Amino acid sequence: MSKITEAAIKEICASCGNDRDRLMDVVNAVQAKAGCVSDESIEAIAKQLSCHRVEVESVVSFYAFLSKEQKGSVVIRLCNDVVDKMNGVDAVAKAFEDELGIKFGQTTDDGKITLEYAPCIGMCDQAPAALINNEVMTYLSTDKVKEIVKNLKACNDPAKLKHRLGDGNNASEMVHSVVHNGIRKKGPVIFADYDKEAGLKNALAMSPVEVINEIKTARLRGRGGAGFPTGMKWEFTRAAEGKKKYIICNADEGEPGTFKDRAILTERADLMFEGMTVGGYAIGADSGIVYLRAEYAYLTKLLEKILQDRRNANLLGKNVLGKKGFDFDIRVQMGAGAYICGEETALISSCEGLRGDPKNRPPFPAQKGYLGHPTSVNNVETLCCVGRILEMGAAWFAETGSKGSPSTKLLSISGDCQMPGVYEFPFGVKVSELLKEIGAENAQAVLVGGPSGQIIGKADYERTICYDDLATGGAVVVFGPERNMLEIAAEYMEFFIEESCGYCTPCRVGNVLLKNGLDKILAGKGEPGDLAMLEELGNTVKTTSRCGLGQTSANPVLSTLKNFRSTYESLVKESKDGMQPMFDISAALNDAETIADRKSVIFKN
Amino acid sequence: MSDKITFTIDGVEVKAAKGQTILQAADEAGIYIPRLCNMSGLIPYGSCRVCTVIVNGRPQSACTQPAAEGMIVENETEELLTHRKNIVDMLFVEGNHYCMSCEKSGNCELQALAYRFGIAAPKYPYMFPNRSVDATHPDIFIDRNRCILCARCVRASRDLDGKGVFEFVGRGPNKSIAVNANARLKDTNLDITDKAVDVCPVGAIIKKRVGFAVPIGQRKYDTKPIGSEIEAQNK
Repeated sequence: MSKITEAAIKEICASCGNDRDRLMDVVNAVQAKAGCVSDESIEAIAKQLSCHRVEVESVVSFYAFLSKEQKGSVVIRLCNDVVDKMNGVDAVAKAFEDELGIKFGQTTDDGKITLEYAPCIGMCDQAPAALINNEVMTYLSTDKVKEIVKNLKACNDPAKLKHRLGDGNNASEMVHSVVHNGIRKKGPVIFADYDKEAGLKNALAMSPVEVINEIKTARLRGRGGAGFPTGMKWEFTRAAEGKKKYIICNADEGEPGTFKDRAILTERADLMFEGMTVGGYAIGADSGIVYLRAEYAYLTKLLEKILQDRRNANLLGKNVLGKKGFDFDIRVQMGAGAYICGEETALISSCEGLRGDPKNRPPFPAQKGYLGHPTSVNNVETLCCVGRILEMGAAWFAETGSKGSPSTKLLSISGDCQMPGVYEFPFGVKVSELLKEIGAENAQAVLVGGPSGQIIGKADYERTICYDDLATGGAVVVFGPERNMLEIAAEYMEFFIEESCGYCTPCRVGNVLLKNGLDKILAGKGEPGDLAMLEELGNTVKTTSRCGLGQTSANPVLSTLKNFRSTYESLVKESKDGMQPMFDISAALNDAETIADRKSVIFKN
Repeated sequence: MSDKITFTIDGVEVKAAKGQTILQAADEAGIYIPRLCNMSGLIPYGSCRVCTVIVNGRPQSACTQPAAEGMIVENETEELLTHRKNIVDMLFVEGNHYCMSCEKSGNCELQALAYRFGIAAPKYPYMFPNRSVDATHPDIFIDRNRCILCARCVRASRDLDGKGVFEFVGRGPNKSIAVNANARLKDTNLDITDKAVDVCPVGAIIKKRVGFAVPIGQRKYDTKPIGSEIEAQNK
């Protein structure tokens, strides 16, 4: 029996204006209410939104947080990212299974609790961590799991699981979360004290073109990783033909090991919205969208409250701060669990109520973005920089950092180090300096930029973090001497397999083949020729994939092949008998031997 | 005054009308750029990546990239041939393609491309996925074992037939083609005369009872390699 009536679905659709473009909001609401989006619900939604049912099914089947199958009223999503594994998530996972009496992917017999794994939920500095519905649980241990399950069985309310709340706004009524900000190093730009709304006021006293010039003079580049000059992006969007324009804030940080936007969204959302409003003014947009990853749903109340406060203070709305003709408002669009939606065109697809498939370029979002309107998509941190540049001036901003990479960068640092957390470093910092500061001088390897970045070894520790050397969206994961870097690379390949949208061949198939090749080597069945095969395959995936995900997904393999070659070479060996070691003749004959009830006389173990 | 764009493919000067893609311009010039998901008359999709070319040093799919004045396009290079072969190999091992028992054999674009590239057997291990067949429709069946997820049927049904019978579900390696019905093809409004039924490059969407009307040996690619019809214009 479905837990939601057709009348309830009608109501949800009506609250979204029966607008097909708002399908994400509709299916998210149905999932939240019913614990699934069943075939009947899909049919009802399609009818209500006047679209084909297979379109709705297509969207539901794309996102990890949506499901056709009935989930429990409580869904536990245990993060099984590499860093969580390094922090003992396997024991925690077993404790969950034992206490609940179910395996991962299952729901308890009473239908109340579902147990699942989730990729990086943005809590690597507090791992192992889990999402229980929208509540975040951090620093999990087997004892904590016992207590959590006991409490859930007693009251079935994840909100009642929290004891000590986190710092700053985490302790506020709006967030009420155990998450810690983990801000270890404040720099001059993001977490410094600042003059609220001075940037916006200065911007509104200038012409939009002057604002863009200020951003260009500051040489601000996108903080999400790709590093496209923000001023240029805004200039293109401003120049593009179109009555309506949009600015979208990409708050979908999903790169394993990234959590710096979490700290911004918790403590500097005002600054981010200020930057977004400046952006809206500069490009001529009257609407902004914050695309928030589903894992950060615990922050929505806070963000909505801040938005409402801004409306009340005329920082949003009609004639913002009395500026005639500048109307601007912002809405929050929730995601539903898809790493690919951090890619700007996939993010736009998702906002439009579609699968999170990236779009073909050209046209670029600046020409034709959200619903065909010129759109600028900017990272959370980038927009904070905008606010500060308009407050303090371009010259101030460019004072710190390196030549090609002015100012500072927030880094999310986790893994084998004494002080994981969020750090604001000036661009140009050496990896060795960074390791010293975080207490990880014995690191065997450092992942800069998350799995889509580079895994580097000691030989590269004098390299610098900046756009022209080691570019990063902010994820830095440290690996101690005892870690097996091939296993780590295989874990990250598994992540990309899981998160590929499947649109293009090389990413959909190639990542699986890369992972299988790595597993074969790890199982001791690799041959020397496999290394060249992996390299060639990795290059095909990198060169021919359609978007940034596939163009970087081979990096865990390619960068370890380059920087940890000897580990690979120690594991592969020439086959003695000329047979492919991956082919296990005994295993292949197993079924036949069982049927014949005798062992092969030729192929013996 | 001509509003033609001039660019080069492997050093050969090519003219394109404004708005044409590299692939369209190449076709008209008699230069074959291998492709699978692209089909004349359908909106370019850019998913198979077989048509990847190097444009001014950067890889782009020729089917979606508009031609631009002065562009330098590389098409037939060793490197690109390797990538294209690898992609075709991937498509073979991803599904269950048994050419010897497939009624599309000889008319199959995937098979024909493999022959053109000189692929005798894929170099990657087979994945042997478990995929479903839907033969509920009186005139048509879908064999998902052979589907390469090119979205030609999706596009044709939506954009040419105005029906939207097909759409993808799932993501990543679990992506598959679904139909606009609770489960079965027979519950959709797909008709044997629909364009969507004619566009499948492989043997995934098949018309019943006509599969062997043309005997093997006399089929489209049995005598001439795929692409030769385009190259013939160049002679």
